Amino acid sequence: MNVPAVLPEREKVTKKALTADHPTWCPGCGDFAVLAAFYKVLEKRQLPHENIVTLAGIGCSSRFPYFVNTHGAHFIHGRAVPLASGVSLSRPDLHVFLFGGDGDGFSIGGNHLDHGARKNIRLTYVIMDNFVYGLTKKQTSPTSPIGYRSKTDPTGAIDQPVNPIKKLIAAGATFVARTHATQINHMMQMMERAMDHDGFSVVEVLSECVEFFPGAFDAGNPRKGGAFTIIEEKKWDNTPEDEARHDVTDEIAAYRLANLPFPGLFGVFYEIDRPTKNSLESKWVAEARAKAGASSDVEILQKTFDRMK
Amino acid sequence: MTYMTIPSTISGGPSIFQVRIGSGEVLSAGDEADFLVALHQHSYQEHIGFLRDGGILLYDSDNVQPDPNKKQFVHVGVPITGLTIEALGGSAKDKGKNIFVLGLLARIFHLDTEKLKRLIAERFSGKSGDVANTALMAFQAGFAYPVGNVLSRLYRFEPGLETTAGRAQVTMDGNQALAYGLIAAGVRHGAGYPITPWSSIMEILRSELPKYGGVFVQAEDELGAVSLALGFSYAGHLAVTGSAGPGISLKSEAIGWASMAEIPLLVINVQRGGPSTGLPTNVEQSDLYQAIFGGHGDSPRAVLAASTVEDCFYIALEAARIARKYSTPVIILSDSSLATRIEAFDEPDLKSLMHDPEPDLAPRDEGFKPYALDRVTSHAAPGTPMRDGKYPVVTGLEHDEMGHPTGSPKLHAAMTAKRRRKLQLLAEEIPLPEVHGDPSGEALLVGWGSTYGPIHEAVNQARERGEGLSALHLRHLHPLPSGLNEIFDRFKRVIVIEMNDAGLYGYGQLATILRARYCNPRIRSLTKTDGLTFRVREILEGVLK
Repeated sequence: MNVPAVLPEREKVTKKALTADHPTWCPGCGDFAVLAAFYKVLEKRQLPHENIVTLAGIGCSSRFPYFVNTHGAHFIHGRAVPLASGVSLSRPDLHVFLFGGDGDGFSIGGNHLDHGARKNIRLTYVIMDNFVYGLTKKQTSPTSPIGYRSKTDPTGAIDQPVNPIKKLIAAGATFVARTHATQINHMMQMMERAMDHDGFSVVEVLSECVEFFPGAFDAGNPRKGGAFTIIEEKKWDNTPEDEARHDVTDEIAAYRLANLPFPGLFGVFYEIDRPTKNSLESKWVAEARAKAGASSDVEILQKTFDRMK
Repeated sequence: MTYMTIPSTISGGPSIFQVRIGSGEVLSAGDEADFLVALHQHSYQEHIGFLRDGGILLYDSDNVQPDPNKKQFVHVGVPITGLTIEALGGSAKDKGKNIFVLGLLARIFHLDTEKLKRLIAERFSGKSGDVANTALMAFQAGFAYPVGNVLSRLYRFEPGLETTAGRAQVTMDGNQALAYGLIAAGVRHGAGYPITPWSSIMEILRSELPKYGGVFVQAEDELGAVSLALGFSYAGHLAVTGSAGPGISLKSEAIGWASMAEIPLLVINVQRGGPSTGLPTNVEQSDLYQAIFGGHGDSPRAVLAASTVEDCFYIALEAARIARKYSTPVIILSDSSLATRIEAFDEPDLKSLMHDPEPDLAPRDEGFKPYALDRVTSHAAPGTPMRDGKYPVVTGLEHDEMGHPTGSPKLHAAMTAKRRRKLQLLAEEIPLPEVHGDPSGEALLVGWGSTYGPIHEAVNQARERGEGLSALHLRHLHPLPSGLNEIFDRFKRVIVIEMNDAGLYGYGQLATILRARYCNPRIRSLTKTDGLTFRVREILEGVLK
């Protein structure tokens, strides 16, 4: 790549440097907190500014790239995972962050989510789950609970909602965490662990839509009388207490935790090491290049043509 | 030149393989056969009408009973099944007959047996050595069969002329030519989903690109494929996706995003018969409207069509040039007849054609605007340092010059015009195609895509008989090159020949577009929808009637 020999003097990545357009979200929207947490994580980690990429599909939360001053793309509804996969696979120098909502990720983009997870593409995907279609003004979403009254279910939702954590584990995601937009420190921890994970890492953030589903996540918010119960992960310290703690590499145990009734648990449900598609493709490239020896691209193609004479 | 017609089944069903040999330019598969090989009764019945009077029918006398009343043909019966089993042993059953016939043909046509044996050994080398040996035995048995000197005296080719001045020839099919053209054009990334007749391009790129440091992804579906390709392109690596009509339908929303966000992208459509699943293994040119207009909103894109196997190689280079220069999606139309037919053409001069695919990550100066109104868009890929600290967002929402969403009536009008204007700029630089035949006269046959061969052969035949016919073949279909109407004006009749339906108003797809563009009532239309390539006779009858 034509990376310039002398980079311009590197300025610190501050919140000011990261701030772009003022968000179009409604006052009180949970997504503001997610944005604030993301700024803080980037400030803390000081990645090269030009190597941060913020991508999204369509929805309220998918407006994210306009509000972060980094390279970014605002794509079409539901297809942000394959877009981000193309960026990730061809540019190992970039940090790929993907933002979206429950409709974008679990409904119209559900198939892409499964395959991105299965292929273990190296990227971090933050799903702001508000249990409702907000941008189109209150239709049932794939995570709306049974009984939720929307414009498309005036007598209450009747379809079984998606369980995002179970869906992600079953699809093969290698890092699956859940957090709450009112818990900024926990949200930052989850984002940081996700970005440090070498693989397809997903953080589901319960992010309240104050306009169309107010109070949806109060049961997980201590300030509203709810319980924010964090998963205790095994410390592998051979103590009796450790027996009861959660092994994040245990798929069945993770599944069992994900089955608990709402508001359920928060934290890391599942985290394993599995080779990424990025590394497997790179390995193939390295082997193919080694076989070609010192041949240039022209020489390789010429050899192919010589065989067709 | 060879043509292959296969049924849309995994195995079984009738397959046809045609070969036409000539010392000059071989333009089409020909209207009638000089020599027909029939292994089965149904293939005899189906294709005997294709044999010219005086032509030779070579048939398997174990399976085929020709009509003894058809005395206009030379009947040559050979017990192919029996002799193959005899040569290979009873376990051979139905296998090996084709190779036995190849031996027969090698004798009749004085083919280079050493080269054929080498090819047979190569073809079956992957399997156990027994298979290659068995195949060679079948070939020898066929070659040794005393088919008769009379027959072998009929066909004698001049030894191949050594072309000392010209370049060596390479032989491949249209899908190979497209795939290798993309590699020459510096395309190192792409994504696709299996569909006939596109799949072999995907297979070639999947196994070839790693050698060049690239990657081709088999995606979960067509929407994923085009989105992955856009991810590669956005990241600075011009990428390709492709399909046949059904898959292109699925990709159309994302192609519209490429128009709006102004991201370069190559989209190959190897057309087949439609609509819907249609005729998966037959040929048609009915996706031209889809290529040009197949998106919601005003979503300009460039559309090119390859005319021959050789052109499949060069059209990939032209498409990549346009996509990069104008930061636009470019659709390349091929079709199932180009995809599977094999042609020989002059080896391209790779040294002068190959491109450097590296993305440009040089820092951008202050005031960089991703969507500046006063110039053609050229994006800064992620990883590019921005000297003023303002990082661009590319978007499918209508936007201002910085990429911020806007609903401004003025900006939507200005940006729509900006996206359209770059195709108008492109139109100015496209070379006007040359007229084949007289520059003016009675009738001009206008074609696009794989009808190049039969149209040119029709013109050549008519001109030999003293009839004034000329041909004009379009590679750039959207935008059209400037100056076409001046050419049309030099002819009394302009007949657009294409393999699609005459439509409600009596004009095929290109004919309709040309009539809309030039309001020229001289433009007429000759179409057909039988799923087969045009025969020269069909064109001459349609044009001269």
